[in-house]
Amino acid sequence: MAEGAWILGIHMTKFGKHPTKDVTDLAAEATMGALADAGVTMADMGVLAYGNLRGPSSGQQLQKQVGQTGIPVFNVSNACATGATALKTVIMAIKAGETDYGLAVGVEKLAGAGLLAGANRAEDSDTWTPNGRFGQIAALDGRIGTETMPGVFAQIGTEYGHRYGKADFDLFARISEKNHAHSTLNPLASYQKRFTLDEIKNDVMIAYPNTRPMCSANCDGAAAAVVVSDAALKKLSLEQQRRAVKISASVLTSDPWEEACQVLPNVNTLTRNAAQQAYERAGIGPNDLDLVELHDCFATAELVHYDNLMLCEEGGAVDFFRSGATWRDGATPVNVSGGLESKGHPIAATGIANVWEVSTQLRGEAGDRQIPDAKVGLTHVIGLGSSCGVHVLEKSAA
Amino acid sequence: MATDRIPLVDYLVLGDEPWLEANECRNCGARFFDRRNSCAACFGTDFERVRIASEGEVRAFTIVTMAAPGIPVPFASAIVDCAGTTVRGNLVNVEPDPQRLHTGMKVRLTTYSMGTDSQGTEAIGYGFEPISAEDHD
Repeated sequence: MAEGAWILGIHMTKFGKHPTKDVTDLAAEATMGALADAGVTMADMGVLAYGNLRGPSSGQQLQKQVGQTGIPVFNVSNACATGATALKTVIMAIKAGETDYGLAVGVEKLAGAGLLAGANRAEDSDTWTPNGRFGQIAALDGRIGTETMPGVFAQIGTEYGHRYGKADFDLFARISEKNHAHSTLNPLASYQKRFTLDEIKNDVMIAYPNTRPMCSANCDGAAAAVVVSDAALKKLSLEQQRRAVKISASVLTSDPWEEACQVLPNVNTLTRNAAQQAYERAGIGPNDLDLVELHDCFATAELVHYDNLMLCEEGGAVDFFRSGATWRDGATPVNVSGGLESKGHPIAATGIANVWEVSTQLRGEAGDRQIPDAKVGLTHVIGLGSSCGVHVLEKSAA
Repeated sequence: MATDRIPLVDYLVLGDEPWLEANECRNCGARFFDRRNSCAACFGTDFERVRIASEGEVRAFTIVTMAAPGIPVPFASAIVDCAGTTVRGNLVNVEPDPQRLHTGMKVRLTTYSMGTDSQGTEAIGYGFEPISAEDHD
């Protein structure tokens, strides 16, 4: 059995608008916060994995502000799973015995970014010339379906409804209502506004059935984690050991080929595979989870991931949600942070920010939004393309 | 000389009755619409062009009301199951209204003119239209 790994320190900046800070400022704030929380310094770190999609930045630029010690830097990129990929990279280095301490950082400046993906029509030329892998003569977004994220994930939601029924506009709006309600207890969330169901349904429609409050919020933010090996943790203070959070599973998957997966991204199979592997490695089942932070980039996505993470029976996500299970006082609280819809989604930060939320809960330090006696939690992110990261975290027995 | 026409994508085959074509792996039968280096399912490198059924069933849809600049909205995007092969396309000749669209809707391939370029070539796009008169506009 390879050496285990623990979260020793972790920090998340306030998510929202940070007009006076650049990407490196936010990354440095998260890094210095995580190091202080861990009670160590850059001199202890043996590896740095850094995620930032939209730049301009790199792990080396971060080092130039927080400490240049000559350690290896991995600049990682995996769409919305970038943060989880940075964390996984550090965990792999520790499990491989390359080092006892590593730092994972995810950061993004996204406030005011608008719609992600999708091509601008102005790029069309005035002569039809075949181009690219489809021999296309013009941009396909809007001509052969949609390429923007709200539309892609809307189809993922309506497909679930087609397979299992009962997933209507009202249901998706209610999922969003839950996450916005949860956000009112999270001072670091971009938006802490409770919406009524009618407000959500009557807001601007982006891509049916996703209205604006049902879409993830573009914002600025960063999160960083210090990871430590079993052996090194045992030499630290009792207080550090008590606050350390056990990483019981760290799994990253991509799409296995299935019919249709290159036509509409299949976010289901790779999530199910990641969850299956994570539960096996951790020796923990979905019923053991005290809370889950999953990738609700859109309200339509949250529904399908109840099923993919096996929080409910196959095909049973609608009834599971309607039972109240995923509200913070339910059997399996989901996205008590407010989720991507209200906490916000600074893309590369998200896969560490969700680990911060669960770690803070397991440490019993979540303040007003504390889930009583939380001992086990799961985090999940999806990067379209696709990449899925799942981490299972446990409270320290120390 | 026939009118110069060009399809929006090379997997749309023009003719009296246009159809869509896929690259089918001769080894495992996996189908792809793009130019291939090898098969994503079995890694085979031998492909043949196969004709895709022109009728199918809507498995998923959305109505896009917010898109990149220059893209006319609203439009309905759908994922259509054409006898076991999944195809992406817009739903056309039907109002992009949630009251009018539903998964399970039976649709068929249709084409339309996208206009003529500076060389006089007409581009042809494709979409899916409802088969049933009651779904049709």
